[in-house]
Formats: sequence, structure tokens, C-alpha cells
Amino acid sequence: MSKAWKFEDNLNTDEIIPGRFNITIDPLELAKNVFCEIKPEYSKKVTPGDVIIGGQNFGCGSSREHAPIAIKGSQARCVIAASYARIFFRNCINIGLPILECTEAAAGIQEGDEVDVNLATGEIFNRTTGRQFQARPLPDFVLKIAGAGGIVNYLKEHDIQELMA
Amino acid sequence: MGTLIEEIFSRKAGRPVQAGEILLLDVDYIMSHDNTTPLAIKAFREIGKPIHDKERIVLHLDHAYPAPNILAAENHKKIIEFVKEQELPHFHRQGVCHQVMLEEGYVTPGAVIIGADSHSNTYGAMGAFGAGLGSTEIAVAWVTGKCWFKVPETIRIELAGRTQPGVYAKDVMIHIVGLMGMDGGTYRSVEFGGEYIESLPMHERIIFPNMSTEIGAKCGLIAADEITLSYLQTQTPAQGPFEMIRPVHPRYERVLEIDVSQLTPQVACHPDVDHVKALAEVAGLEIHEVYIGTCTNARYEDLEIVAAMLKGQKVHPLTRVIVTPASDRIYKKAMKNGLIEILMDAGCTVTGTGCGACIGRHGGILAAGERALTTMNRNFIGRMGSPLAEIYLASPATAAATALTGKITDPRELLKSPFSTPQGAAQ
Ligand code: SF4
Repeated sequence: MSKAWKFEDNLNTDEIIPGRFNITIDPLELAKNVFCEIKPEYSKKVTPGDVIIGGQNFGCGSSREHAPIAIKGSQARCVIAASYARIFFRNCINIGLPILECTEAAAGIQEGDEVDVNLATGEIFNRTTGRQFQARPLPDFVLKIAGAGGIVNYLKEHDIQELMA
Repeated sequence: MGTLIEEIFSRKAGRPVQAGEILLLDVDYIMSHDNTTPLAIKAFREIGKPIHDKERIVLHLDHAYPAPNILAAENHKKIIEFVKEQELPHFHRQGVCHQVMLEEGYVTPGAVIIGADSHSNTYGAMGAFGAGLGSTEIAVAWVTGKCWFKVPETIRIELAGRTQPGVYAKDVMIHIVGLMGMDGGTYRSVEFGGEYIESLPMHERIIFPNMSTEIGAKCGLIAADEITLSYLQTQTPAQGPFEMIRPVHPRYERVLEIDVSQLTPQVACHPDVDHVKALAEVAGLEIHEVYIGTCTNARYEDLEIVAAMLKGQKVHPLTRVIVTPASDRIYKKAMKNGLIEILMDAGCTVTGTGCGACIGRHGGILAAGERALTTMNRNFIGRMGSPLAEIYLASPATAAATALTGKITDPRELLKSPFSTPQGAAQ
């Protein structure tokens, strides 16, 4: 069971982690300042397994991986948003931060709700309201990368050509 | 047959491709900088495979260079050791990465270039595909020479007319960002064309793909033409022949037609880049720092406009005015032609080249409660330092006018020379 932390549309990478903290790539260090300007209580109160709920265009802005790394470092289980900014989406897949796309869940889950997520099936259940949601399926090659726990692990075992096979 | 991005990707894939397909393509260049290379090196070590082709790797020190603190210095050290260890031939520290990529001739029509920087879209100004990616994918491309892409749908922005004196490409692009919103181009290729774009010199064209990032676009493209060729031949060491790829019977998801002839100067206001207003609505707002720099608007011609407006005058005594030329080449030309002296005489602080104050690490950080007007491309909260500072984006001419008065000022009020011909404006 996870608690939901809710964010607005167009949440940008500077709001996830301001550029001035990107002088380190240590996930735990980054996690100390994640969302520090828009939700300063997050880094103090988050418990491992909590879920981030975003709106449209989550993660827009910079190409920096510091943003998904900071979220992963905070031990959030996954992000559920209506849509993602392109680079952020790729970065999450590449570093192995699970992400789900689901417009209804993004609207139907509020801050503090208790949420169950099945990452394998994309099923999302809001225990607080009793509502069930289904996330959009991810393309095959994305699942291959996610299955390996990120692109780095994937490449240790596979040739990149196999992604498209 | 297809949109410009479909044509570029088809040529690269060696077969016709269409929007929606997922491709694994060879990339021509893989760009990263001091902010993003350390993570790429870490991922590279973890993958544990050798570099595929050193010739394709281009590294820059620009985001916090020269190092303003120990951590930045450690990053630079790590990168320099990597360059030495891997004997990488393309290592630069002469300005903002994207400007150096253009000047050094890495960017040619039809090239596929990825960069660990969200404004890698800039390369679209030359009819190349440029897109930003994270550091991990950069490391993947280092060892494989490849990257996966989904061929995007295209939004065509057709621009007609000519702007009035005192109104520039930056004003037009800020206007477009306001119209489309910051997710208006998400996952899309945004193709800029029409008589207005075709009439523009290269330094003005660059603004559009550069700021296509601000509407979330995957890439922003302008088809190569004679102006592109002449830029390549006269301003860069790139060797032709160059292929002029153009859209062929394109099917666009959406076409936006805009006539620029009545447009007035525009300002993207705190706190969002799509919070766009006509300058008149915010005129008079007090400004504590004017920052003229970045990959968007610190080219020679931009400095020329600013110098023409500041010549023989003094900037407002309580407003800090900082000028960071985009590259050393620009800096040297500006020095040789007397622009730097004009700027310094007017009271500007001219810094070394690079990203400067753009990411709030050094070179003009803002304090709480301060307000800046800059020629940058983004105004996220906290971008230039304190999260309690405000950032307004505008053209170099608006920045110069504002520098003189210390409050947001319409450059047309100070119109003395014919701005419609910025070349030679400093004479
Ligand atoms: S100048 Fe600013 S926007 Fe351009 S690459 Fe540097 S930090 Fe990014």
C-alpha cells in the first residue's frame, strides 16, 4: 500500500530538483532536495513505496536525469501521470524508474490517497475512493528495457539491435 | 514522401518511413557537456563496452565553466581525464555547446544529432535532426553508435509577412510559445516555414528550433536552403556537398498560420514561458538585472543590436547589465569591431563565454525578490538562483532598452537606427 503525492500539470525538472542541486549524481543526496521548492515536506515525510501522481506533461524542461534519479532516490515506487515530457519519459525508462500513463488515475487520485499499483499489469486501485484504473500499455521494446531494470543492464546482456527484434 | 522529419529519417534509415514507426538509427554526433557528461561516464563504465566511434563524440565544458565551485571543478576534472583516457578528438570549451556545434560545422543538413541537453533542438535550424536525451542514452550511443526514435507527427508553423522595426525573431517565437503553450508541441516535430522564415538570416532562424523545446517539441526544423548553404560555406569548416532535404507532399497533423507583420515586442513573463504578454502590458516594471546571453540570443548580431542602442549612453545606475557572448568566436569578433568597448563604456559587465547565468550557477545569480529581464529561452522558477526571483524573457533589443531605463521598456521608443537591418547597426 502506498500513499499518493499529487503534483500539477507541466511540472518541470527544476521543480523536481532545482538546477543548483545538480552538482551531485548521488540518488540519496539528490533525494534530500527533491520537490524542495514546491512540496518541501515531501523529502521528510515520504515513505518507501509511495506513489507520485502528476498531470499533463510531467517532467518538462531540462534533459537532466537528475530529476528521475532524485525521485527514484526518494524511494517512490513509481510515477503515474496523464502524460510525460518526452525526454523525462525516456530517462525514466533508461534509469529504471517505473512510470505509468493514465489520465483517469491522474485525475482520480488526490494527495494522501492510498493506492495499490500493479506495475506488471498497469492496474491502479485507489483504496481511499474504491476506484480502479487501467494505465496505457507500454511498447514492447520499452518493456524489454524496463524488464532488465534499465538500459544499462539491458546492454550488459544484449546487443542494441535486439531491442527492435 | 513526407514531412521534413520523415524525409530526414527516411534518408538515414535507407527506406521510406512514416510517423508512428519506431527506428533504431545511426547517429552522426553525440553531444554532451559538463552538466551531463559525468553521468554518461558513469553509465558508460557500468555498461562496460568500448566506444563505438570516437569521431562522433563531442564534449563541451560550458554550463559552469570556468568552474565556480569545487564540485564543478571535480566534474571538469573527471571529463578531462575521460577525454585523455579515451583519446577523444572533439573536446571544446569555447562557448555554449549549441553555438560551438554550429560554428564548428558538426551540424549539417540531414544530420542526426543527439545531445544530453534539452536545447539540442537548436540544430534543426540547419535542417538537421537535433534532440535532447538523458546522459544514460548518451552513453548507450557512445558504445553502440545508435539510438531509438519514434518518428513524430509534425505540426507545421507557416509564418507570413515581415516584422516591423524593433520586432525580432525572438518576439515572434515568444508569441508562438504563448499561442501553443508549453505542452503544445509534445512528442511532435515542429516545422517552421513560410516567407518570413525564408527571409531570415541564420542567426534569427536559430531562435525557432532552439525554443521549440519550450513547447515540448521533440525537434524543431527549418528546411535547408541557400541561406543555410552560405552559412555553412562561409561561417563553418563543414565540407559539402550538402543535401537540401525538403518536405515532399507532407501530411501534417496540424498547420498553424501566423502573420507576423502586426506583431509588437513580446515578453514571456514570470513564472511560465507560455505566460506571454505584449510588452506594453508589462512596460515600466522595475528590473534589477538585464542578462544578455545564452544559446538563444548572444550571437554577434544580437550584440550588435545591443551595442547600437547603448552606444554613447549609460545603462541605469542601479541595474546590473551582464553580457555573456555565446562563443569565443563571437566574443573575438565583437572585440575586433569595437562592440565590447561600447558595451563596457555603457556600464555593461562582459563575462567570459558559456551558459553563464542561464542556469543559476555563476555569472549573475539573482537574489530573492529580484527581477531579471533576459534574452534566455526559459524562465523556470529558481532558474537563475533564488526561487523568489522573477525572470522575464525578451529580445536583445528589449533587453538593451530595459538596460538603459532600469524598467521594462519598448525598444521602439529608443529607435534611432533602422532596426530592420541589424547588420551594420553598430556602424
Ligand atoms: S545557454 Fe542556457 S539554455 Fe542554452 S545550453 Fe546553456 S544552460 Fe542551456
